Amino acid sequence: MIDNIVDITLLSFLVILALAIIRMRSLFAVVMLFSGFSFLSAGLFVVMDAADVAFTEAAVGAGISSVLMLATLALTYSSKNADKEEKPTTHKPWLPLSVVVITGALLIYGTYDLPSFGDPEAPSQLHVAPYYLENSMPETGVPNVVTAVLASYRGFDTLGEVTVIFTAGIAVLLLIGGRRRVKPNVKKNGGDREA
Amino acid sequence: MDMILGHYNYWMVIIIMMAGFYTVISRGNLVKKIVGLNIFQVSVFLLYISIGNVKGGATPIIEKGVDLYSNPLPHVLILTAIVVGVATTALGLALVVRIKEAYGTIEEDDIHNQDQSL
Repeated sequence: MIDNIVDITLLSFLVILALAIIRMRSLFAVVMLFSGFSFLSAGLFVVMDAADVAFTEAAVGAGISSVLMLATLALTYSSKNADKEEKPTTHKPWLPLSVVVITGALLIYGTYDLPSFGDPEAPSQLHVAPYYLENSMPETGVPNVVTAVLASYRGFDTLGEVTVIFTAGIAVLLLIGGRRRVKPNVKKNGGDREA
Repeated sequence: MDMILGHYNYWMVIIIMMAGFYTVISRGNLVKKIVGLNIFQVSVFLLYISIGNVKGGATPIIEKGVDLYSNPLPHVLILTAIVVGVATTALGLALVVRIKEAYGTIEEDDIHNQDQSL
Protein backbone atom coordinates (compact mmCIF):
# COMPACT_ATOMS: atom_id res chain seq x y z
CA MET A 1 0.00 0.00 0.00
CA ILE A 2 2.73 2.48 0.99
CA ASP A 3 4.53 1.54 -2.22
CA ASN A 4 1.47 2.56 -4.21
CA ILE A 5 1.19 5.92 -2.45
CA VAL A 6 4.86 6.77 -3.02
CA ASP A 7 4.59 5.61 -6.62
CA ILE A 8 1.50 7.74 -7.34
CA THR A 9 2.99 10.81 -5.63
CA LEU A 10 6.27 10.61 -7.53
CA LEU A 11 4.52 10.04 -10.87
CA SER A 12 2.25 13.03 -10.25
CA PHE A 13 5.30 15.20 -9.47
CA LEU A 14 6.91 14.03 -12.70
CA VAL A 15 3.82 15.01 -14.70
CA ILE A 16 3.75 18.45 -13.03
CA LEU A 17 7.45 18.98 -13.79
CA ALA A 18 7.01 17.94 -17.42
CA LEU A 19 4.13 20.43 -17.84
CA ALA A 20 6.18 23.16 -16.09
CA ILE A 21 9.02 22.54 -18.55
CA ILE A 22 6.62 23.15 -21.45
CA ARG A 23 5.36 26.42 -19.93
CA MET A 24 8.75 27.81 -18.87
CA ARG A 25 10.38 30.40 -21.16
CA SER A 26 13.75 30.79 -19.45
CA LEU A 27 16.04 28.06 -20.80
CA PHE A 28 18.21 28.02 -17.67
CA ALA A 29 15.11 27.20 -15.61
CA VAL A 30 14.11 24.55 -18.17
CA VAL A 31 17.47 22.78 -17.82
CA MET A 32 17.33 22.92 -14.02
CA LEU A 33 13.77 21.57 -13.99
CA PHE A 34 14.87 18.77 -16.30
CA SER A 35 17.65 17.90 -13.86
CA GLY A 36 15.08 17.70 -11.07
CA PHE A 37 12.85 15.61 -13.32
CA SER A 38 15.68 13.10 -13.84
CA PHE A 39 16.38 12.88 -10.12
CA LEU A 40 12.69 12.30 -9.34
CA SER A 41 12.55 9.55 -11.95
CA ALA A 42 15.62 7.97 -10.31
CA GLY A 43 13.66 7.93 -7.04
CA LEU A 44 10.78 6.27 -8.81
CA PHE A 45 13.13 3.61 -10.20
CA VAL A 46 14.19 2.76 -6.63
CA VAL A 47 10.54 2.37 -5.64
CA MET A 48 10.05 0.03 -8.61
CA ASP A 49 12.99 -2.21 -7.50
CA ALA A 50 15.43 -1.06 -10.20
CA ALA A 51 18.40 0.08 -8.11
CA ASP A 52 20.99 -0.16 -10.92
CA VAL A 53 18.84 1.89 -13.27
CA ALA A 54 18.34 4.49 -10.53
CA PHE A 55 22.12 4.86 -10.02
CA THR A 56 22.70 5.30 -13.72
CA GLU A 57 19.83 7.72 -14.20
CA ALA A 58 20.93 9.88 -11.26
CA ALA A 59 24.58 9.97 -12.34
CA VAL A 60 24.30 10.02 -16.12
CA GLY A 61 20.78 11.30 -16.83
CA ALA A 62 20.56 14.01 -14.19
CA GLY A 63 24.27 14.78 -13.91
CA ILE A 64 26.00 14.60 -17.27
CA SER A 65 22.97 15.56 -19.41
CA SER A 66 22.36 18.72 -17.38
CA VAL A 67 26.03 19.69 -17.50
CA LEU A 68 26.05 19.22 -21.29
CA MET A 69 22.89 21.34 -21.65
CA LEU A 70 24.29 24.10 -19.43
CA ALA A 71 27.51 24.10 -21.46
CA THR A 72 25.47 24.43 -24.66
CA LEU A 73 23.53 27.37 -23.19
CA ALA A 74 26.80 29.03 -22.19
CA LEU A 75 28.13 28.60 -25.75
CA THR A 76 25.00 29.71 -27.58
CA TYR A 77 23.75 32.68 -25.54
CA SER A 78 25.79 35.83 -24.97
CA SER A 79 26.39 36.97 -21.41
CA LYS A 80 24.21 40.04 -22.08
CA ASN A 81 21.12 37.83 -22.35
CA ALA A 82 21.35 36.60 -18.75
CA ASP A 83 17.83 35.09 -18.71
CA LYS A 84 18.53 32.96 -21.80
CA GLU A 85 14.88 33.26 -22.84
CA GLU A 86 13.51 31.42 -25.82
CA LYS A 87 11.49 33.41 -28.35
CA PRO A 88 7.70 33.13 -28.10
CA THR A 89 6.32 30.81 -30.77
CA THR A 90 4.68 32.53 -33.73
CA HIS A 91 2.32 29.76 -34.82
CA LYS A 92 -0.87 28.60 -33.11
CA PRO A 93 -0.58 25.54 -30.83
CA TRP A 94 -3.69 23.77 -32.16
CA LEU A 95 -2.10 21.45 -34.73
CA PRO A 96 0.62 19.99 -32.47
CA LEU A 97 -1.84 19.88 -29.56
CA SER A 98 -4.36 17.84 -31.54
CA VAL A 99 -1.64 15.47 -32.80
CA VAL A 100 -0.48 14.93 -29.21
CA VAL A 101 -4.00 14.44 -27.81
CA ILE A 102 -4.94 11.93 -30.52
CA THR A 103 -1.70 9.96 -30.11
CA GLY A 104 -2.08 9.98 -26.32
CA ALA A 105 -5.70 8.81 -26.52
CA LEU A 106 -4.71 5.92 -28.82
CA LEU A 107 -1.87 4.91 -26.48
CA ILE A 108 -4.16 5.03 -23.43
CA TYR A 109 -6.68 2.89 -25.33
CA GLY A 110 -3.81 0.45 -25.93
CA THR A 111 -3.01 0.17 -22.20
CA TYR A 112 -6.36 -1.54 -21.54
CA ASP A 113 -4.86 -4.75 -22.96
CA LEU A 114 -1.75 -4.55 -20.76
CA PRO A 115 -1.59 -6.69 -17.61
CA SER A 116 -2.01 -4.55 -14.52
CA PHE A 117 1.01 -3.02 -12.78
CA GLY A 118 2.97 -5.48 -10.61
CA ASP A 119 1.05 -8.57 -11.76
CA PRO A 120 3.32 -11.63 -11.07
CA GLU A 121 1.42 -13.67 -13.70
CA ALA A 122 2.08 -11.18 -16.54
CA PRO A 123 3.63 -12.77 -19.68
CA SER A 124 6.81 -10.70 -19.32
CA GLN A 125 7.43 -12.29 -15.90
CA LEU A 126 6.98 -15.91 -17.05
CA HIS A 127 9.20 -16.25 -20.12
CA VAL A 128 13.01 -16.13 -19.70
CA ALA A 129 13.31 -13.99 -16.56
CA PRO A 130 12.99 -16.97 -14.14
CA TYR A 131 15.90 -18.70 -15.92
CA TYR A 132 18.25 -15.81 -15.15
CA LEU A 133 16.99 -15.45 -11.58
CA GLU A 134 17.60 -19.16 -10.88
CA ASN A 135 20.82 -19.79 -12.81
CA SER A 136 22.84 -16.56 -12.82
CA MET A 137 24.24 -17.14 -9.31
CA PRO A 138 25.54 -20.72 -9.93
CA GLU A 139 26.68 -19.92 -13.51
CA THR A 140 28.43 -16.58 -13.04
CA GLY A 141 28.84 -16.18 -9.26
CA VAL A 142 27.53 -12.60 -9.38
CA PRO A 143 24.70 -12.01 -6.89
CA ASN A 144 23.36 -8.98 -8.78
CA VAL A 145 21.37 -10.45 -11.67
CA VAL A 146 21.37 -7.19 -13.65
CA THR A 147 25.17 -7.02 -13.57
CA ALA A 148 25.43 -10.73 -14.41
CA VAL A 149 23.27 -10.33 -17.53
CA LEU A 150 24.89 -7.05 -18.57
CA ALA A 151 28.52 -8.06 -18.18
CA SER A 152 28.46 -11.84 -18.63
CA TYR A 153 25.50 -13.21 -20.62
CA ARG A 154 25.23 -10.10 -22.81
CA GLY A 155 28.83 -8.92 -22.66
CA PHE A 156 29.02 -8.42 -26.40
CA ASP A 157 25.97 -6.14 -26.33
CA THR A 158 27.76 -4.01 -23.78
CA LEU A 159 30.78 -3.92 -26.08
CA GLY A 160 28.45 -2.69 -28.84
CA GLU A 161 27.15 -0.01 -26.46
CA VAL A 162 30.73 1.18 -25.90
CA THR A 163 31.12 1.38 -29.69
CA VAL A 164 28.03 3.59 -29.89
CA ILE A 165 29.41 5.94 -27.24
CA PHE A 166 32.79 6.01 -28.98
CA THR A 167 31.11 6.90 -32.29
CA ALA A 168 29.09 9.66 -30.64
CA GLY A 169 32.25 11.02 -29.00
CA ILE A 170 34.09 11.08 -32.35
CA ALA A 171 31.11 12.81 -33.99
CA VAL A 172 30.98 15.48 -31.27
CA LEU A 173 34.72 16.10 -31.64
CA LEU A 174 34.37 16.37 -35.43
CA LEU A 175 31.51 18.85 -35.06
CA ILE A 176 32.86 21.25 -32.45
CA GLY A 177 36.36 20.16 -31.46
CA GLY A 178 39.64 21.82 -32.43
CA ARG A 179 38.43 24.78 -34.51
CA ARG A 180 39.15 28.44 -33.97
CA ARG A 181 36.05 30.43 -33.16
CA VAL A 182 34.94 32.64 -36.08
CA LYS A 183 32.07 35.09 -35.69
CA PRO A 184 29.32 34.14 -38.16
CA ASN A 185 28.79 36.29 -41.29
CA VAL A 186 31.53 38.81 -40.42
CA LYS A 187 33.65 37.95 -43.44
CA LYS A 188 30.74 37.96 -45.86
CA ASN A 189 29.42 41.40 -44.77
CA GLY A 190 32.90 42.91 -45.08
CA GLY A 191 33.26 41.52 -48.59
CA ASP A 192 29.90 42.95 -49.65
CA ARG A 193 30.83 46.41 -48.53
CA GLU A 194 34.04 46.43 -50.55
CA ALA A 195 32.27 45.30 -53.69
CA MET B 1 -10.49 0.75 -8.43
CA ASP B 2 -8.21 -2.16 -9.32
CA MET B 3 -8.27 -1.04 -12.92
CA ILE B 4 -7.19 2.50 -11.93
CA LEU B 5 -4.42 1.37 -9.55
CA GLY B 6 -3.21 -1.25 -12.01
CA HIS B 7 -2.98 1.14 -14.93
CA TYR B 8 -2.18 4.46 -13.22
CA ASN B 9 1.52 4.04 -14.00
CA TYR B 10 0.91 3.51 -17.70
CA TRP B 11 -1.43 6.50 -17.97
CA MET B 12 0.93 8.89 -16.20
CA VAL B 13 3.82 7.60 -18.31
CA ILE B 14 1.80 8.32 -21.45
CA ILE B 15 1.01 11.85 -20.25
CA ILE B 16 4.73 12.48 -19.63
CA MET B 17 5.53 10.97 -23.03
CA MET B 18 3.05 13.27 -24.76
CA ALA B 19 4.41 16.29 -22.85
CA GLY B 20 7.84 15.51 -24.25
CA PHE B 21 6.44 14.90 -27.74
CA TYR B 22 4.57 18.23 -27.63
CA THR B 23 7.75 20.06 -26.64
CA VAL B 24 9.60 18.48 -29.56
CA ILE B 25 7.01 19.32 -32.24
CA SER B 26 5.73 22.72 -31.06
CA ARG B 27 8.72 24.63 -29.68
CA GLY B 28 11.12 26.45 -31.98
CA ASN B 29 14.10 26.61 -29.66
CA LEU B 30 16.55 23.80 -30.37
CA VAL B 31 17.78 23.36 -26.77
CA LYS B 32 14.19 23.06 -25.60
CA LYS B 33 13.50 20.49 -28.31
CA ILE B 34 16.36 18.37 -26.93
CA VAL B 35 15.00 18.70 -23.39
CA GLY B 36 11.65 17.48 -24.76
CA LEU B 37 13.37 14.54 -26.43
CA ASN B 38 14.97 13.64 -23.09
CA ILE B 39 11.60 13.79 -21.32
CA PHE B 40 10.21 11.43 -23.94
CA GLN B 41 13.14 9.11 -23.32
CA VAL B 42 12.68 9.06 -19.54
CA SER B 43 9.00 8.20 -20.02
CA VAL B 44 9.97 5.16 -22.11
CA PHE B 45 12.36 4.09 -19.34
CA LEU B 46 9.53 4.42 -16.80
CA LEU B 47 7.25 2.30 -19.01
CA TYR B 48 9.78 -0.53 -19.25
CA ILE B 49 10.57 -0.52 -15.52
CA SER B 50 6.82 -0.49 -14.74
CA ILE B 51 6.37 -3.58 -16.89
CA GLY B 52 9.23 -5.36 -15.09
CA ASN B 53 7.93 -4.61 -11.61
CA VAL B 54 6.44 -7.46 -9.55
CA LYS B 55 4.22 -6.61 -6.59
CA GLY B 56 6.04 -7.55 -3.35
CA GLY B 57 9.17 -8.49 -5.29
CA ALA B 58 12.66 -7.52 -4.23
CA THR B 59 15.44 -5.77 -6.14
CA PRO B 60 17.02 -8.54 -8.28
CA ILE B 61 20.10 -9.15 -6.10
CA ILE B 62 20.14 -12.80 -5.05
CA GLU B 63 19.92 -13.27 -1.31
CA LYS B 64 19.05 -16.20 0.94
CA GLY B 65 15.49 -16.20 2.22
CA VAL B 66 14.10 -14.05 -0.61
CA ASP B 67 12.30 -15.88 -3.39
CA LEU B 68 10.31 -13.20 -5.24
CA TYR B 69 12.27 -10.75 -7.37
CA SER B 70 11.35 -8.13 -9.94
CA ASN B 71 12.18 -8.92 -13.56
CA PRO B 72 15.87 -8.03 -14.16
CA LEU B 73 15.74 -8.01 -17.98
CA PRO B 74 13.99 -4.62 -18.47
CA HIS B 75 16.57 -3.16 -16.08
CA VAL B 76 19.41 -4.39 -18.30
CA LEU B 77 17.76 -2.96 -21.43
CA ILE B 78 17.16 0.41 -19.80
CA LEU B 79 20.69 0.66 -18.39
CA THR B 80 21.96 0.41 -21.95
CA ALA B 81 19.30 2.83 -23.19
CA ILE B 82 20.21 5.51 -20.61
CA VAL B 83 23.87 5.52 -21.61
CA VAL B 84 23.10 5.54 -25.34
CA GLY B 85 20.56 8.31 -24.67
CA VAL B 86 23.24 10.51 -23.17
CA ALA B 87 25.46 9.87 -26.21
CA THR B 88 22.68 11.02 -28.56
CA THR B 89 21.95 14.05 -26.35
CA ALA B 90 25.61 15.05 -26.54
CA LEU B 91 25.56 14.70 -30.32
CA GLY B 92 22.36 16.76 -30.59
CA LEU B 93 23.78 19.51 -28.40
CA ALA B 94 26.99 19.58 -30.46
CA LEU B 95 24.82 20.08 -33.56
CA VAL B 96 23.03 22.95 -31.78
CA VAL B 97 26.36 24.65 -31.05
CA ARG B 98 27.38 24.18 -34.69
CA ILE B 99 24.05 25.61 -35.94
CA LYS B 100 24.51 28.62 -33.67
CA GLU B 101 27.91 29.27 -35.24
CA ALA B 102 26.62 28.91 -38.79
CA TYR B 103 23.35 30.87 -38.45
CA GLY B 104 23.86 33.03 -35.35
CA THR B 105 20.63 31.76 -33.78
CA ILE B 106 19.11 28.57 -32.38
CA GLU B 107 15.49 29.55 -33.05
CA GLU B 108 13.98 27.40 -35.78
CA ASP B 109 11.90 30.23 -37.32
CA ASP B 110 14.95 32.47 -37.77
CA ILE B 111 16.91 29.62 -39.34
CA HIS B 112 14.10 28.98 -41.85
CA ASN B 113 13.95 32.70 -42.65
CA GLN B 114 17.66 32.73 -43.45
CA ASP B 115 17.42 29.63 -45.60
CA GLN B 116 14.12 30.57 -47.28
CA SER B 117 13.41 26.84 -47.23
CA LEU B 118 9.95 27.17 -45.67
